[in-house]
Amino acid sequence: MIVAERKPLAEILEMVKDCKKILVLACRGCVTVCSAGGEREAEILASLVRLGLKKNGCRAEVIEGSLVRQCDKEYIDAIDEWQGQYDAILSTACGVGVNFIANLRPTDNVYPALNTTFFGGSAEQGVWSEQCAGCGNCVLHLTGGLCPVARCAKSLMNGPCGGSVDGHCEINPSVDCVWQMIYDRMGRLDRRQELTAAAPIRDWSTAGHGGPRKRIRDDLTV
Amino acid sequence: MSFTPDIRLFSCHYTSQQSCVGEGRELQELGFPENVRLSRVNCTGKLEEITLLKAFEDGADGVYVVGCPTDSCHNLQGSQRAAKRVEAVRQALGEMDVEPDRIRMYHLPRGLHPEFIDAAREMNQRIQEMGPSPF
Ligand code: SF4
Ligand code: SF4
Repeated sequence: MIVAERKPLAEILEMVKDCKKILVLACRGCVTVCSAGGEREAEILASLVRLGLKKNGCRAEVIEGSLVRQCDKEYIDAIDEWQGQYDAILSTACGVGVNFIANLRPTDNVYPALNTTFFGGSAEQGVWSEQCAGCGNCVLHLTGGLCPVARCAKSLMNGPCGGSVDGHCEINPSVDCVWQMIYDRMGRLDRRQELTAAAPIRDWSTAGHGGPRKRIRDDLTV
Repeated sequence: MSFTPDIRLFSCHYTSQQSCVGEGRELQELGFPENVRLSRVNCTGKLEEITLLKAFEDGADGVYVVGCPTDSCHNLQGSQRAAKRVEAVRQALGEMDVEPDRIRMYHLPRGLHPEFIDAAREMNQRIQEMGPSPF
């Protein structure tokens, strides 16, 4: 899922300080699962925005709504339901959702309530960790399923580096060295021999360095 | 400036038993401030952040939660959960430059105890010193 977290309240209040009718719009997709922007968090945010604006002497009506997802045209169209009831949308979706509203609602003001942080998973209740960076050329078959792009601080393809100490990364001892994990795991899988081949210099053009990426599946287009 | 604050208390059944004695008269007789409005919940672990925020939206000058001691909650971790939600609201108040102490968590013994009255008086005094809600 896409993992995100609420922006500092002061930043959000500054964005919407001149708005008179604000629709706090939740997304029932990824950000619900990572407890950043689902209906529950949007309700809390709407309350905080009402309180914060009132404290700052701003008068605004703040209403709440939600979409199944904000990254899908058919769901964005459902914003029509609140037509006339808002002059700004404060989206609690990830950046994709905010972009989609901006793409598809040419005259709607939209503001991001979240900082979109990474693609990750729920490690335990209340904890999410980064697992994939969407590099467009997956190498997990070479690394026992553990991602060196997202989980190595230097995105090394031939790790570990000299900064790996007792299984920890030199950037911070609380960070596991993913290359140590890869090495240990490949050993357990009896595949350590595969790690002796040096990975070639990588072509990063699939990783977004060639501009925005697009995927088209002809068999699904109409 | 002296004023009578609007204070909301959310308490679990176990720590607020005193409120049931003598149809609530005992609390009054013991000096429980009249401006503290009590809402009893089965367990403070059931309290949502939004409930605490709505109390402020509804005009509360101060809010506090009374749950069981952390190591002996009737529902194991209920009062610890409540404390975390109170902490989340404290942080949000801080982000808005509002005194975080306008909301507090108390862990008190279950049953009939003077601490229940003391907490109400303490909260009342703190909020009186802070003045009316900025919301
Ligand atoms: S808008 Fe973002 S958070 Fe919502 S479902 Fe789509 S990708 Fe996930
Ligand atoms: S190699 Fe690329 S696609 Fe595969 S998990 Fe890592 S970042 Fe994601």
